[in-house]
Amino acid sequence: MRQFFTRTRGRTRLHWTDWLTYLYLFAGLLLMFAPVLWLVLSSLKSEAAISDFPPTLLPYTQKMVMLADEQGVQKLRPLFLVQGADGKPHQMVELRRIGIIATMVDAVHPEQQVKINIKLRTPVREVSVATGNYTGLFAKFNFLQNLNNSVFITVVATLITLLFNSMAAFALSKYRFRGQQTVLLLIIATLMIPPTIILVPAFLIVSGVGLFNSLWGVIWPAVATPTGVFLLRQYMLTIPDELIEAARMDNASEWRIYWKIVLPLSAPALAVLAIFSVMWRWNDFLWPLLVLSKPEKFTLQLALNSFQGELTTEWHYLLAMTVITLVPVTLVFAFLQKYIATGIASAGVK
Amino acid sequence: MATLQLQQVVKRFDNTTTLHGIDLDVADGEFVVFVGPSGCGKSTLLRVISGLEPASSGRVLIAGEDVSNRSAAERGCAMVFQSYALYPHMTVYDNMAFGLINSGVKKADVVRKVGEAARMLRLEELLQRKPTQLSGGQRQRVAIGRAIVRDPKLFLFDEPLSNLDAELRISMRAEIRDLHTRLGTTMVYVTHDQVEAMTMADKIVVLRAGKVEQIGAPLALYNRPANRFVAGFIGSPRMNFLPVAALGTALTQRLQLPVGADSVGIRPEHVVPDAAGAISLLITQIERMGSSSLVRGKIAHADAGPESGFEFVLNGQTELQERSLVSLDFPAAQLHCFDAQGLRMELAAQRHAA
Amino acid sequence: MSFIASCFFNLFEPLFRLGQRWLGLSRIAWLFVAPNLIIFGLFTFLPIIINFHYAMTAGVQIMPSQRPFVGTENFALLFECRDHFDLATCNQDLFWKAISNTSKFTVLQVILMMFFSLLTALVLNRKIIGRSFWRGVFFYPVLLSPVVVALLWKWILQKHGLLNAGLLAAGLDSREWLTDSGWSFFWVIFVSIWAHMGFYTLILLAGLQAIPREVYDAAEMDAASPWRTLYRITLPLLMPNLIVVVVLALIRAIQIFDEVFVLTGGGPGSATTFIVQYIYQVGFAEQIHLYGLAAAASLVLAAGILVLTLIQLKLSRAGKHGSKNGSKQER
Repeated sequence: MRQFFTRTRGRTRLHWTDWLTYLYLFAGLLLMFAPVLWLVLSSLKSEAAISDFPPTLLPYTQKMVMLADEQGVQKLRPLFLVQGADGKPHQMVELRRIGIIATMVDAVHPEQQVKINIKLRTPVREVSVATGNYTGLFAKFNFLQNLNNSVFITVVATLITLLFNSMAAFALSKYRFRGQQTVLLLIIATLMIPPTIILVPAFLIVSGVGLFNSLWGVIWPAVATPTGVFLLRQYMLTIPDELIEAARMDNASEWRIYWKIVLPLSAPALAVLAIFSVMWRWNDFLWPLLVLSKPEKFTLQLALNSFQGELTTEWHYLLAMTVITLVPVTLVFAFLQKYIATGIASAGVK
Repeated sequence: MATLQLQQVVKRFDNTTTLHGIDLDVADGEFVVFVGPSGCGKSTLLRVISGLEPASSGRVLIAGEDVSNRSAAERGCAMVFQSYALYPHMTVYDNMAFGLINSGVKKADVVRKVGEAARMLRLEELLQRKPTQLSGGQRQRVAIGRAIVRDPKLFLFDEPLSNLDAELRISMRAEIRDLHTRLGTTMVYVTHDQVEAMTMADKIVVLRAGKVEQIGAPLALYNRPANRFVAGFIGSPRMNFLPVAALGTALTQRLQLPVGADSVGIRPEHVVPDAAGAISLLITQIERMGSSSLVRGKIAHADAGPESGFEFVLNGQTELQERSLVSLDFPAAQLHCFDAQGLRMELAAQRHAA
Repeated sequence: MSFIASCFFNLFEPLFRLGQRWLGLSRIAWLFVAPNLIIFGLFTFLPIIINFHYAMTAGVQIMPSQRPFVGTENFALLFECRDHFDLATCNQDLFWKAISNTSKFTVLQVILMMFFSLLTALVLNRKIIGRSFWRGVFFYPVLLSPVVVALLWKWILQKHGLLNAGLLAAGLDSREWLTDSGWSFFWVIFVSIWAHMGFYTLILLAGLQAIPREVYDAAEMDAASPWRTLYRITLPLLMPNLIVVVVLALIRAIQIFDEVFVLTGGGPGSATTFIVQYIYQVGFAEQIHLYGLAAAASLVLAAGILVLTLIQLKLSRAGKHGSKNGSKQER
């Protein structure tokens, strides 16, 4: 008997702690993904379906049938299920409705009109995706403009970040110059200065240079990331100095060495920094909130925030907007998660 | 103090079988060494004995009891790991006391036992230090101390000396042998270094690809290897092998090689230069060490085969020169004969000697 | 694309060649570091200095030259209270409410988040199939923008949202979660933990995996029960990592703004107003932009962060001299 218990403990078969482990993991999966899934599903619901309570899992809309009324007017009319006199449910189409009484006809016998209390009927529904939520965004709001703003800021800031940070990392890893330690120390110091404590003066400087309400006002302050410099420097330290010395002997200028040798060799680290930068800039909120006050200049994040004030009842648009905003980052996650994880682990260890 | 028995121990990892049915009998107080090339399964076997890995099938018996289903802590073994595996955040004392405290030993006894082990291994001065403050050799001794303190039935060593430099290795080898003499506990020692095996073992188990090639006393393995693998593995410098065809008809007749003999082996130290010798060697290199000379060359015979590299050792210094021919003789008593499968074949001459 | 790149390259090459001839090899490094340093200087260091100026001047003008010097008046305003034990009587009671909220939030959120991050890291450290998938699961919310996070939870917490629907279906009461001052605080903590826990889990997991497996083998041979192993081996060896992570989390928590602002707007009332929101409100959102007060408040915040950062530096230096991995090659 004791043998039986000890044999299944741990090892080849699953231990009870293993069951607990997988239970925890699946619970985590549910907790982390379900809210996002719910968001996406909800964003596909029509305006009517969204205000349904209790909410349904899938997006439904009511089925419509093309039918002519007694005057011969053909149009799409809503379909309902009505309990008939024979106890069986019948499918009936609504012609018109006054108050709580609806005039309905049986689809197969459209001549016979019946007046039915709306309490006695349930709508016939089908699963239908309200793509109008998404297309409406582009038609009704400045949404495309906001999307462009976010994309512009993200792409340009990332490119400049990669350039500036790699140049600085190159200088700090491949040269020995006076004041190098000070510069390194300054960059470490910057790591410790969170932007929240210099909001007011930073805002002054940005306005002072005339970048208030300009996308560049969001881009320029953000491109000199200390994390980026460190990440790249760590990586560049592993590039053998001999390569650079050989290039010097080949009469290459330092710029050429940087551009043609060091930069290509740093591609993996650059990729990680690019991913981080894309994430940071796409998700930026507080700083753009201060710098950009005109709605046509808003990034997606600002647009979302301001729309939720105006659109407290228009959730179907807001949800669609939210989903679009999270798509790029989700794609990055799906394909490049490995890079992010290793990047953070190594930066965290530092 | 215990015997160890392995009965048809098999270990599988997913679809690969690492151990193919190992049988072994270790007597009480024996010093057994598992030796073999990397990947032969010796460390896995040790872990199965210790209980850190369960066997896929087969039985492990310690002191006559079947411990196959018991956890590592319940088997009464203690293990010294290759990288010592000391707890880096605990002092030397705590490292040694940890196991005792977990087993519920009273504080006074813990202090006494740790003290004894520390004295035995000259660690008294180091008890309050942390592992990072110790040298490699000192860490080794703490790892051994941690094992001794638990008064185990069986000591298990997993390549404990491979992280030490050459000089330290030699002195630690002696210390471990010394320990064995003093404690008299059964010890199972894993190494890839056949010199360690030869110098330390009462019994050697040669493993290859998860199977036992031969079990026996060091000299038994040296003198009568059961197959070509063991013959080539044990003994340094490595035994020379030649296909039978390369011996020439005269030598073959004189040696009375049995029917079916496929190759012969002779150790470099047993080859004798003889002007009348039947084997001709073209010398390519001579390593003159002063106390001995290692002569390398190629057998001048068409059938010598691609492995015609051949070595022999002479005591002292020699007049022989590179790029010259020397004639060699193979004394029948020292010749090893193998069949086409690499298994040992008895020579008539040896049967008489035995 | 590569045409643009090579244009760019060719544009700067003559500049650098000239600089090289002029400055020499070692000083050319300055040219490379310059762009970064200029940005740092302009947008980080200069602001720090100017911040002090703002904190000590009054008025609503943004230009420093137009601001009258008032010394420590702004700070006096912040700290002026009729009764120092009743923070509601302070002149800037919103400031003190924000500080009190922030303190409560920081302590609660960090403790809870550390617990779950550690637990998750321990779970992920076990032998599981598809570890990188599971690691990604917990990490995904970290990538979402705070605005998105806030909106998706807001949707769930609506009066007619998923949570209430589920509660009603289970026979429990539904509530207006975000307009209740007690519950809104809870949800702010919950949502921020949900969004950030994966990041710390990743770092702690890396720390756990740095512990050599052989130490666990030795503990197993030393008859250590799983609890003992966790308590006396795993946690002590993880401690340096854990401390760094806790301080990082504290510094982050003190500055929370984005998700709270979108989720509750600081309300109901000022129930979930935190210090950064106070600074934002006072300096940028109200009708009158009181830059001086905002700057003074941000200096108070900076002081708090500085203390935490110094603690972290001290602890990480102490950690380096303490217990380290002992299995190295003999030298």
